[in-house]
Amino acid sequence: MSPRLSRRLMLGAGGAAAVRPVAAEDDVIPEWSRTLGEGVDQHPYGKPSIHEKAVIRRDVGWLTASPQSSVNFTPLHALDGIITPNGLCFERHHGGMADIDPARHRLMIHGMVERPVVLTMAELKRLPRVNRIYFLECAANSGMEWRGAQLNGVQFTHGMIHNVMYTGVTLRTLLDAAGVKPGAAWMLAEGADAAGMDRSIPLGKALDDCMVAFAQNGEALRPEQGYPLRLVVPGWQGNMWVKWLRRLKIGDAPWHTREETSKYTDLLADGRARRFTWVMDAKSVITAPSPQAPVVGHGPLVISGIAWSGRGTISRVDVSLDGGRNWREARLDGPVLPLSMTRFYVDTEWHGQEMLLQSRAHDSTGYVQPTKAELRKIRGLNSIYHNNGIQTWLIRPNGESENVEVG
Amino acid sequence: MWRWASLVLLLLFAPLAQAAPLGLGRAPTAAELEAWDIDVRPDGKGLPKGRGTAREGEALYQERCASCHGEFGEGINRWPELAGGEGSLTGDRPLRTIGSYWPYVSTVFDFLRHAMPFGNAQSLVPDEIYAVTAYLLGLNDVLKDEDFELNERTLPSIRLPNEAGFFDDDREVAEAAFWNRPVCMVACTAEVRITGRAAVLDVTPDTKSAPRIE
Repeated sequence: MSPRLSRRLMLGAGGAAAVRPVAAEDDVIPEWSRTLGEGVDQHPYGKPSIHEKAVIRRDVGWLTASPQSSVNFTPLHALDGIITPNGLCFERHHGGMADIDPARHRLMIHGMVERPVVLTMAELKRLPRVNRIYFLECAANSGMEWRGAQLNGVQFTHGMIHNVMYTGVTLRTLLDAAGVKPGAAWMLAEGADAAGMDRSIPLGKALDDCMVAFAQNGEALRPEQGYPLRLVVPGWQGNMWVKWLRRLKIGDAPWHTREETSKYTDLLADGRARRFTWVMDAKSVITAPSPQAPVVGHGPLVISGIAWSGRGTISRVDVSLDGGRNWREARLDGPVLPLSMTRFYVDTEWHGQEMLLQSRAHDSTGYVQPTKAELRKIRGLNSIYHNNGIQTWLIRPNGESENVEVG
Repeated sequence: MWRWASLVLLLLFAPLAQAAPLGLGRAPTAAELEAWDIDVRPDGKGLPKGRGTAREGEALYQERCASCHGEFGEGINRWPELAGGEGSLTGDRPLRTIGSYWPYVSTVFDFLRHAMPFGNAQSLVPDEIYAVTAYLLGLNDVLKDEDFELNERTLPSIRLPNEAGFFDDDREVAEAAFWNRPVCMVACTAEVRITGRAAVLDVTPDTKSAPRIE
């Protein structure tokens, strides 16, 4: 600890050891120090402290027509490190959350393969498995912000993302065994839910790093995330990570399903639209302080944020405290993995000055996160998807924060 | 190691069993394939045998679809619009409907077959899907003849107006400037002004439960 910091901590604690505490006895020896707590097994499946009850997924009611075809958002402002707790991973369903009996679920692999096969969950778990940490970001994350600052909280502006460790079987294992026929170039993935979500994926990607996962963060997938089986498409838009996966069909051309034509295509200003924009560009955001996580006092301040890239590994993050006029390099901490969230920090001091916080991600391909103005210049205002522009939080002298744009 | 094992199995038992390389699983049954293999491509691959006209689809659409999508495909509340929007794609409020935006008719068929009606998915038989698809094409002025028979042969021949409006991801070219560019660290702009604020719109939910500064 630096001498400056230790002196400040002492001052903050009351100035000197000679001063007796004046607080009520409950604050000196609180009740949890005097009475027994609950025994084991009161909560066979543990939950967070009741004092964390505000840290939950939240939705934006006006956004969608029904809760069965809707989305909620990960509370990024209250999380740290790189792993998203399973119960806080944002939900996006198109036909409600399917409630599947794993004993009755099966995966079909067919189409242009030598040996079409149907596998039960028990059979899938007898195949060689791998563990991988990946971010999953909805292509519409930050999509409400294309026309300007709109939602006041990182949960809502950036919360359609989570980052967990998957356990499962690689598609290379499954497709090699099925025997892909010559001429095959695409794969259709389809869900068993009431939306029957189907997406076309190039065979090259499928064989490169895709997997079918049955576990996240060490336990079975959550129903919201596709229990008992989901597709993992690292670095690519979340819509392709078909949940409740029941079928993989190999073919020689894309299917142009609803989700890859009428949705998840990026309308540009000239009226034409980009399609098959699968990769998620490098992006970052400061998660705290932010509108839902105000600064609480003068003195030391940790600025905490996340960065990720669908093209590779985060190589560097810059942070500005003055709206992009001056920048400093942030400190990356924790595992820095390809196609995974990376945590960054700036350790600084705050004395009530107004700040305009920004972060700028760099990835291993040399990509540098653009400003919103740079993005709009190329893509216009109607593209909905792939808004990876630099976010600005205004920090006011009282510590409150607001989602703003600067020019 | 495992791949070696499967190779050995393949060589030993290749003529015998389909599932030899995995040593697990079984071939799909005919019933499974009939129920699950329901995807459709723009070239017509996957279309089931069947037929329907817009005239036949009207009653079905009004009964099972219009409560969400509107009598004329205009969309009720926030449910998707299915018709209209011609010429809107370059405007402030682009309306992405089958007629104004979707590139392929097969997509309509594939989606109806997988997911519609909302809440009663996979309940329509092929003739009904052809009829509703024809009716939707009528609402979008793509099919003018109410008695045109849509079937597995005619459907792929019908083209939607915006088919040419799509092009493959070109970000690495069109946005090449975002790569390997000089990055400014000090005194990068003369002055920083706030140009927009979320508080102006005030549409953020749950403000009551968010932390407050007293």
